[in-house]
Amino acid sequence: MEAILIHLIKIACVLGVVLFICAYIVLVERRVCAFIQDRLGPNRVGIPLWIRKDGSAITLGGKWALGQPLVDACKSLLKEDFVPAHVNKLYFWLAPMLAMSPALIVFAVIPFGSKLFGESMILADVNVGILFVFAIASFTVYGIMLAGWSSNSKYPFLGGIRSSAQLISYEICLGLSVIPLFMQVESLKLSEVVTWQSNHLWLICYPWNWLPALIFLASSFAETNRLPFDLPEAEQELAGGYNVEYSSMKFAMFFMAEYTSMIAASALMVTLFLGGWSLPFVPATGGVLVGLAHICIFLAKLFALLFFFIWVRWTLPRFRYDQLMGLGWKVFLPLALLNVLIVAGVIILGWVK
Amino acid sequence: MHDQLFWFFSIAMLLSGLLVILGRNPVTSAMFLVLSLFFMAGLFVLLEAYFLAIIQILVYAGAVIVLFLFVIMLLDLKTENVRQFKRFGVFGALVVAGALAWKLTSVVSAVLAAAAKPVVGTTEAMGKLLFTQYLLPFEVTSVLLLIAMVGVVVLSRKETK
Repeated sequence: MEAILIHLIKIACVLGVVLFICAYIVLVERRVCAFIQDRLGPNRVGIPLWIRKDGSAITLGGKWALGQPLVDACKSLLKEDFVPAHVNKLYFWLAPMLAMSPALIVFAVIPFGSKLFGESMILADVNVGILFVFAIASFTVYGIMLAGWSSNSKYPFLGGIRSSAQLISYEICLGLSVIPLFMQVESLKLSEVVTWQSNHLWLICYPWNWLPALIFLASSFAETNRLPFDLPEAEQELAGGYNVEYSSMKFAMFFMAEYTSMIAASALMVTLFLGGWSLPFVPATGGVLVGLAHICIFLAKLFALLFFFIWVRWTLPRFRYDQLMGLGWKVFLPLALLNVLIVAGVIILGWVK
Repeated sequence: MHDQLFWFFSIAMLLSGLLVILGRNPVTSAMFLVLSLFFMAGLFVLLEAYFLAIIQILVYAGAVIVLFLFVIMLLDLKTENVRQFKRFGVFGALVVAGALAWKLTSVVSAVLAAAAKPVVGTTEAMGKLLFTQYLLPFEVTSVLLLIAMVGVVVLSRKETK
């Protein structure tokens, strides 16, 4: 009974933190893009603390628009939820849920800390960890495809077709690029990947892991529909892609799904290449303070990567569709395969202890 | 708990399997196929074959059915929605299903004797089996897939003069 309660608390905490980051990363994105484009960005809405008698409010952090996510959420919920007459109703409703849930489920196997009060900071330490992540992540494509198809109109359909081809192609690169890591760690458990890295160096420190890291990073940009690979929702060509016919909260679900999968991809990258919760000179085991420090280290690395995602989005232009497919199949795939051989050679030579 | 889960997964799998062939909308059929594969993965988990369960979802539900859907969506589904069952087709399907079931029972009874010893379906055990005992079938399968791939490339290549 107590064990179930602890698990429920852990699940609630992880969900809460992920959705909180998801809400605020949108704000961060808008502020950072404003900074990059030399604008001000959102700078009005603060968190309301107290309403005075004359109707004006005392707010916190109005200069940084800290209340913006609250206001955006209210707007999404209160707007008219318009369903066009020509859509396939069932799948039109199902698609946003299918897009959102896989990205959230992925967090079940990501170790976000070492141990706190004797509890390991991971929801489910399954022994096929990374495969579980890929299996669940491959379901994102259903949400996008069904959204495109059930909308029953041209642009969403084209967006859906594009994205299913793109996601399938880059899933292969993503999968192949992490094989060398597990050859070095000799386990598929994500918790053991992090423990290995805290005992040795981070996996990114070995030169033969630079190429997989690059392929993994680029493929996760493609998997999360971020620029420079955001072809499924290229505004200029498809008027927005698979989500054209969606409005209010259903649209917001797709929006949140994109950011949640971005967080999931960053968390995975941190776990696989950047040492997870480990940091040199911070002890791997210890009391409550060390446990808390590990969680903070993980979050810090996560935020650094999220910032990188945003930075890239507002710096690079979009690929053309044939370039995207060419890059995936003709460059990344052979390189990822070659890299498996290289790392196998390195292991035979005994350079990895 | 184990038994209840087994019955839940099996019944749900069979029900969604039935809905695959009884549904009129091809997209609905494909989605029920995904659901059916999910429940089958649940059965694999109950047998402690975690690797197989995940591969089942990753390969079939995550990739193969997506490609099915990809093709289905490019077709005109209006004719498919109004098509009636053909009597001859149903009869043929029943004959094939019966023959398959008869063959399966003989295979299962042969396998049951061998399956008495516990098997741990971890990734490591699977890998060891594939690269020692079943190396030849494994390699032959990969060559077969390669042939299929080359065939597709040849067939879909544009004629150049």
